[in-house]
Amino acid sequence: MTLVTLPIVIPLLAAAISSMLGSFPRVRRWLGVVALLANTVASVILLTRVADGSIHVVHVGNWDWPLGITLVADPLAAIMVAVSAVMLLAVLVYAIGSPKTEDTFTFFHPVYLILAAGVSASFLTGDLFNLFVAFEITLTASYVLITFGGAREQVRHGITYIVISLVASSLFITAVALVYAATGTVNMADLSLKLAEIDPGLRAGLGALFLVVFGIKAAIFPLFFWLPDSYPTAPSPVTAIFAGLLTKVGVYAIIRTHTLLFGESGPSTVLLVIASLTMIVGVLGAIAQNDVKRILSFHIISQIGYMIFGLGLFTVAGLAATVFYVVHHIIVKTTLFLVGGLIEERTGTASLRYLGGMLHLSPVLAVLFLLPALSLAGIPPLSGFVAKLGLVQAGLEIGSYPTVIVSLVVSALTLFSMTKIWAGVFWGKPEAVRVGDQGRMRLAPLMLAPTVFLVAASLAFVVAAAPLYELGRTAAEALIDPATYISAVTQR
Amino acid sequence: MTLVLVLTVGVLYGCGVYLILQRNLSRIVIGLAMIGHGANLLLLVAGGRAGEAPIAGVGEAPFADPLPQALALTAIVITFGVSAFLLTLAYRSWMLSQSDEVEDDVEDRRIAEKTLERRGR
Repeated sequence: MTLVTLPIVIPLLAAAISSMLGSFPRVRRWLGVVALLANTVASVILLTRVADGSIHVVHVGNWDWPLGITLVADPLAAIMVAVSAVMLLAVLVYAIGSPKTEDTFTFFHPVYLILAAGVSASFLTGDLFNLFVAFEITLTASYVLITFGGAREQVRHGITYIVISLVASSLFITAVALVYAATGTVNMADLSLKLAEIDPGLRAGLGALFLVVFGIKAAIFPLFFWLPDSYPTAPSPVTAIFAGLLTKVGVYAIIRTHTLLFGESGPSTVLLVIASLTMIVGVLGAIAQNDVKRILSFHIISQIGYMIFGLGLFTVAGLAATVFYVVHHIIVKTTLFLVGGLIEERTGTASLRYLGGMLHLSPVLAVLFLLPALSLAGIPPLSGFVAKLGLVQAGLEIGSYPTVIVSLVVSALTLFSMTKIWAGVFWGKPEAVRVGDQGRMRLAPLMLAPTVFLVAASLAFVVAAAPLYELGRTAAEALIDPATYISAVTQR
Repeated sequence: MTLVLVLTVGVLYGCGVYLILQRNLSRIVIGLAMIGHGANLLLLVAGGRAGEAPIAGVGEAPFADPLPQALALTAIVITFGVSAFLLTLAYRSWMLSQSDEVEDDVEDRRIAEKTLERRGR
């Protein structure tokens, strides 16, 4: 049962050791890689244990339920922990290969490991206040990562990000205090039982407050404005891991609270409307942009809409599609940002105005970009297609036609803006490329290897789509009927 | 006593929101700190009436609820750390731009420039 704690304990311990290894950069690198590798192994073993739908529970410090902090690994949490562990490892290798990341910032490794621990803790916790603490661990590490180097642009955009996050955190504390005043507990399983008994109006109000809190973190409409502003200024590995994981922590929290605490039976019109608007606004924003990283940042928002769409349907099929979509998105989005970083590394710019002809300069990069980009747009047979098909089918089953139509139109527009990057970056004459003093003729193998690995992973994801979709369905079944979750937590 | 606390929470949130909406970074920092204090007080209020120190075997019931105090303590530590970070960032921002104002959004500036160009034509 200690397995559940490992994805939090391993990175946290490694971070502590890593912070003392300032004068041994080489040891520090190996420590980071080994720790995250161990973390990945532990997470995957955890996933295989809960893949049959069972739920593992640890009461930290052996306190009687519901007094202590509970860690809960249900299928959804285990899937998220395992996927994020793989991403964290791949991006760490990329960061080690990338010359700009480590050299300018001595504390990169410890802070990155703390981020890893925070992300795992957010997924595994079964306690509302502990979720707040896990969020703060993740966010504080992200504040440091997004502003490190201290360049003017980074400070300017970092301040927006930090102030917005702090406002969300204050709202989170407020929401926790109000929930505690209403029910007298912060344990999620206990809350699930007690919230059902309180006044429905009060319950809806608290639910709305939590939706705002997690909506800011997940960047749903209309709370997304901070994201495209702050993400692109950070170094590529940092942006990639933020794009892949941080908004998804918010999405996970929305899924968890909506299914366990504030769920109604049947589809939620509010969530479906929010989902449609998020999809549309995100993709329109992406079309208007002229910089690879900014385009990709707007796409994060539009993709969040799809995840909320599946949750809003509130059926097993919809939730299964959402789980599949989240995993697909984490892999593909991280890869695209890593490729964006490689383009920038190769040419010294990410602006479409100055780029062109990369197809001749670097055909490998073209392939590495094309596969995840087509997957993002939902072209068969890539993973994005499977995910979107699942969502559309689930939507048609319920008869939620407007959202289905919106999701189809938005995926066409996604394809349009991906072709815009393709035309701007890869087509054209190679002479147009300004290989400035920042550009390098050869790409670092340590940056290329994780990118290739993730592209291969997204392809393998398609091949193994059927069993993975089954896993998503197991997770969805556990989500839609919280009785198993509650009974697993309440009896030790 | 509870009413006084509730009013204090309201005033702290109100002042905090007002300060966050200002353009000066130092005011935003103070505003965030005030909202943080408000939230901590709210946690205490959420714990119900005051009572004896909640130590097992000492004193007589009714005890005060110890959990909100533990929560508030955690929240205070987190707010403290993050405020310190935000202050250093504000100082860095002041070093770089010699002003305390939060700079314009890049996108806003771009749109504003385009509008001016169009009008110029």
